[in-house]
Amino acid sequence: MALLEIRDLRVSFRTREGVIPALNGMTLSLDRGVTLGLVGESGSGKTVTALTVLGLTRSPTTEIAGEILLDGVDLLRLSDADLRGVRGRRIAMVFQDPLSSLHPMRRVGWQIVEAIQAHERVGNRAARRRAVELLRSVGIPGPEERVDAYPHELSGGMRQRVMIAMALAFDPDLLIADEPTSALDVTVQSQILELLAQLQEEHGMALLLVSHDLGVIAEQADEVAVMYAGRIVEHGPGVRCIGSPLHPYTRGLLESIPHVDGPRSERLTPIPGAPPSPVALPAGCAFHPRCVLARASCRIEVPELTAVEPGHRIACPVVAADVSLVTSAS
Amino acid sequence: MLRRLAWSAVLLVLVSLLTFVVFYVLPSTDPALLRVGRQASPEQIAEVRANLGLDKPFYEQFWIYAKGVVTELDLGYSYYAEVPVREEILARLPASISVALGAFVLWMAIALPVGIITALRPRSKTDRAVTGTTLFFMSAPTYWLGLVVLFLFASDIGRFPIIGGSGIYVPFRDDPRQWFEALIWPWIVLALAFAGLYARMIGENLREAMGQDFVRTARAKGIGERRVVMQHGLRAALTPIVTLAALDLGILLGGTILVETVFNIPGVGRYAVEAIQNGDLPAIQGTVLFGAIFIILAILVADILYAVLDPRVRY
Repeated sequence: MALLEIRDLRVSFRTREGVIPALNGMTLSLDRGVTLGLVGESGSGKTVTALTVLGLTRSPTTEIAGEILLDGVDLLRLSDADLRGVRGRRIAMVFQDPLSSLHPMRRVGWQIVEAIQAHERVGNRAARRRAVELLRSVGIPGPEERVDAYPHELSGGMRQRVMIAMALAFDPDLLIADEPTSALDVTVQSQILELLAQLQEEHGMALLLVSHDLGVIAEQADEVAVMYAGRIVEHGPGVRCIGSPLHPYTRGLLESIPHVDGPRSERLTPIPGAPPSPVALPAGCAFHPRCVLARASCRIEVPELTAVEPGHRIACPVVAADVSLVTSAS
Repeated sequence: MLRRLAWSAVLLVLVSLLTFVVFYVLPSTDPALLRVGRQASPEQIAEVRANLGLDKPFYEQFWIYAKGVVTELDLGYSYYAEVPVREEILARLPASISVALGAFVLWMAIALPVGIITALRPRSKTDRAVTGTTLFFMSAPTYWLGLVVLFLFASDIGRFPIIGGSGIYVPFRDDPRQWFEALIWPWIVLALAFAGLYARMIGENLREAMGQDFVRTARAKGIGERRVVMQHGLRAALTPIVTLAALDLGILLGGTILVETVFNIPGVGRYAVEAIQNGDLPAIQGTVLFGAIFIILAILVADILYAVLDPRVRY
């Protein structure tokens, strides 16, 4: 059984301007110990997915349907109290901007101690010792002193390490990292990514790495899932998805990125058009107005994810038919 | 910090100078005339003038006064009662402090829970009710509200006598029970004027804080919602409130003129009113200066508190 299984997840936000759908039948599964890179443009629903797994989008103005199974238990059906037992212990999260994500008026040690004491009866001294050890384990020099620092006294990279230390307090089965390096200096980005990879190996946890940066994903992820307009359009092994993508959207994404080793004069191919507004999604396949392969049927039918090779699924019947032709011919 | 202190001193000088100007240069009652009694001869008036130093030029009078304040903390002698103004003010200070502190505690005790409830349930019935009540009490002048309260509930003249009344203030040390009875209505009236405003400010700050990223982090850790609000939301929301509260408390400590007058409490505020009625310039000067010192101290305290509460702030 997969560690995390998201089935037909639909999330929409009721606002004064009307209902805004963010996820429109998102399906995804993630095995233990695997790094899954979740990519997509801004607004495609990556962050909403991450937050909804932790129940952080729960509110009277949010409509959530579908299933999120953690070891077979549907998180969407858990009470708030039961869900709190999952948060920070079985699933932990690292956010995009560590400066705003840490409380500005609390020492970092206090914030880590709080995370520990949320799930375990530990004395303040013991919890503090653990906080120091956690800080050490994420490569913060002088953790005995840094534990008493305020967030603004640390550098951006150190702050993100603090966030990671906090997330690791209970050896979670799943770590969600939502754009963990986007707010950091380029030089620090790779250090944080290396740290995440190293910790993932040590702890054997699954890592859901949310990013719009295909470079980051290509380097880190065992599997890649590509989102478009609140759905997964392609999900497969990293090498396949990045190396030889099948879905027209993924292909378009990769063709629009410059390659350092490519010929200089080569022009980038942008995807025509713009991402659709979530309140006015095109009928059928949401990508069809921008797709070079679009047929009449694409305007009517919402494509399901179908396997085109073992472990590689795409939501494009046009390409899928082609691929199966090729494979059956050979 | 030194510069701030220097500015505070300059500010105090300016405040006293301004009071001086207002009561000397602008036409008001002649203190000498008030002092000599009826049908005094011009010579008598002139003598009183000379005694009080009123015949000296304006700047010289101010210089003498300022020198006394700085060198001996001397606020001069009251024209009216012929006693040192400083002693008069200090004798009335406990009453004013009682009024201010009690009201402060009460308004915070109301504003905090109400603010939290409105923040967590925006646009709910509670929220609307609070907003409406707030507006009412903010717009109601304290002297009017004070009179209404006395008219309705004072145990001596009230229609529904419950407790307390006007002019029954005694020092706490003499009779704590009567002290409390004398102050309960002033506290309520003052607290109502401030509580609504503070409830709204706390509510708005907290609502904003609860939308911040660090609150999301707190929830992601798996801590309970109550703790998220109290330890994370409120910590951020109350910091600016504390400085405001320190300021307001400072203003009230300098004497609450309207409330002390309405409830006939012998505090610094009422002393100021009497001084104005009597043309008692040293007393006016003294109370104004006193109030100014409290406010300036309050600003200093507020700044220091802010730096203590928000580790990002440094001077």
